[in-house]
Amino acid sequence: MSWFKRPPRYTTINVPEKKSDIPDGLWMRCDNCNEMIYKKDWESNLKICPKCDHYSILSARERIKSLLDPGSFEEKDSSITSIDPLQFSGYAESLARSRKRTGEKEAVTCGQGTIEGYPIQLASFDFAFIGGSMGSAVGEKITRALERGNDTGQPVVIVSAGGGGARMQEGMLSLMQMAKTSAAVAKLREKGTPYISVLTHPTMGGVAASFAFLGDVIIAEPKALIGFAGPRVIEQTIGQTLPDGFQTSEFLLEHGMIDMISERRDLKIQLSKLVAHLYN
Amino acid sequence: MRYLEFERPIEDLDRMIKEQEDYAKKTGVDISNEIDSLHRRRNQLVRDTFYNLTPYQRIQLARHPERPYCLDYIRLLTTDFIEFHGDRKFGEDPAIVGGLANLDGTSVMIVGHQKGRDTEENLKRNFGMPNPEGFRKALRLMETAERFRKPIVTFIDSAGAYPGMGGEERGQAEAIAYNLMRMSRLRVPILVVVTGEGGSGGALAIGVGDRVLLMQNAYYAVCTPEACAAILFKDRGKAASAVSSMKITGEDLLRLGVIEEVVPEPIGGAHMNWQETADNLRESILRNLHDLQTQSPEELVENRYKRFRSMGEFEEVKDRPLQFRVKEEPPQQTEHKKAKNPFSMASA
Repeated sequence: MSWFKRPPRYTTINVPEKKSDIPDGLWMRCDNCNEMIYKKDWESNLKICPKCDHYSILSARERIKSLLDPGSFEEKDSSITSIDPLQFSGYAESLARSRKRTGEKEAVTCGQGTIEGYPIQLASFDFAFIGGSMGSAVGEKITRALERGNDTGQPVVIVSAGGGGARMQEGMLSLMQMAKTSAAVAKLREKGTPYISVLTHPTMGGVAASFAFLGDVIIAEPKALIGFAGPRVIEQTIGQTLPDGFQTSEFLLEHGMIDMISERRDLKIQLSKLVAHLYN
Repeated sequence: MRYLEFERPIEDLDRMIKEQEDYAKKTGVDISNEIDSLHRRRNQLVRDTFYNLTPYQRIQLARHPERPYCLDYIRLLTTDFIEFHGDRKFGEDPAIVGGLANLDGTSVMIVGHQKGRDTEENLKRNFGMPNPEGFRKALRLMETAERFRKPIVTFIDSAGAYPGMGGEERGQAEAIAYNLMRMSRLRVPILVVVTGEGGSGGALAIGVGDRVLLMQNAYYAVCTPEACAAILFKDRGKAASAVSSMKITGEDLLRLGVIEEVVPEPIGGAHMNWQETADNLRESILRNLHDLQTQSPEELVENRYKRFRSMGEFEEVKDRPLQFRVKEEPPQQTEHKKAKNPFSMASA
């Protein structure tokens, strides 16, 4: 039976790994145009590809850094975290995974800070955290941010990236967060405190169909996917493929659903101008 | 009558009973003992089936094509119904109906999803799945009710907002969001009844009320069981197994504080006896409306805000570094709360 165990007629040599001139992680490929780009350029460019202008998704903290005056951010409600009220299969694991991946405890980071000197309440979503979906904890944090705006009279800015919509794993409690946050916006409106909603890629479902579309002013980033039903669901329902550009920011602007589209690098200045106009 | 998949054993017995009765009639042979025993077996089987319904069987009952729909309830519960149409902005959406009706001597505004009874009507009513103009019509009617101080009763029975191209073009998300915001501030009582399917945002868009009642075999969910199964198991066909973890039937929803009351249905489901179903519902509606009408408009709005403000279950842990583990700290160190009174929490 030695036939089966015949030793190979060649030997393998461990080739030493080829040393590259470029240290690891300095260069990367753009997801969109596939060009090599210098990572530091890309990061200092707010994660916009210098070659093709493709917007990569910003994390909650990167967004906050890009909008607020340096050092002015003071985080609030960071101790609020999700539990698994329904004992939903796989939810605890995906929470743990998201926490590890993002370093955040929840899909939204809230706090206060100044924008060109004007104090505001800011909430910023992290799409990498279960798709930026809204469960009880996210709903509570958004509601508290709106209520802080109500108490202080400071304008509220919410930057949504809630592609996951209402968080399925918390069932009806997630759906109820839509009503809870929308009711908080209603109070804000009655008092006359400004609320500016910034929609970024992607904002869908229960996040879109509650506080995100209730801003006194609604700004979107270019080419973001924004809408209620996901494109795949629509295609399955109507049995045809959707035209290019369906449910993008440009589509929404054309249909009168948003006030403006703002480039990422202009967003801070745009917001500060608005806040200056609306500040009571 | 139409039998559901899980009612097959009952159907078999019904057929046997009918055969025996036909045989007895034809031949004149007295087999009433056998027939009686079959009836007893049937009744036992019906009890065993319907007292132990699985959540997925409930959902099948909630979707039963012979179940009473909004216009049926209006006919059974009220008189002098006058239907209103159109959102005054774009069009008329027959997936939502509404109008003024006389309920036990008072005028109320009724708004609800309306499914079709047959294919033709379903095409017209889009299977009870509204487009933005439906939600905007609903809000227009509710604002009319507020102007004339009429209580509002809404009937929810929809798989959800329609996921089509036109709806997206006309702002499906905005229409739902705007309804949620406006309903939370309406200065008249709002009573919500989930009569069949309570599907996600399309249901909630007319569901921001002071009290929410749920028919015994209705469900109310964040997404359809099929959509949940598609995400969980990558297979829409596994809805039956997805349902049990979704917690969408009456008992679960009562425990979560999402609804106030479960309205009993006749054995076998609401479609077995419309009148009995309607009588049960009438009692609940009148009792709850009566309670709500003792509150001033300010109290109503404030209590409605508190009702939704307190919903949600989360954890607030003070001064503890973030740890990346599935099982967090032992419970005695964490402040684990079901947020009942959020205002005391803020000061804690």
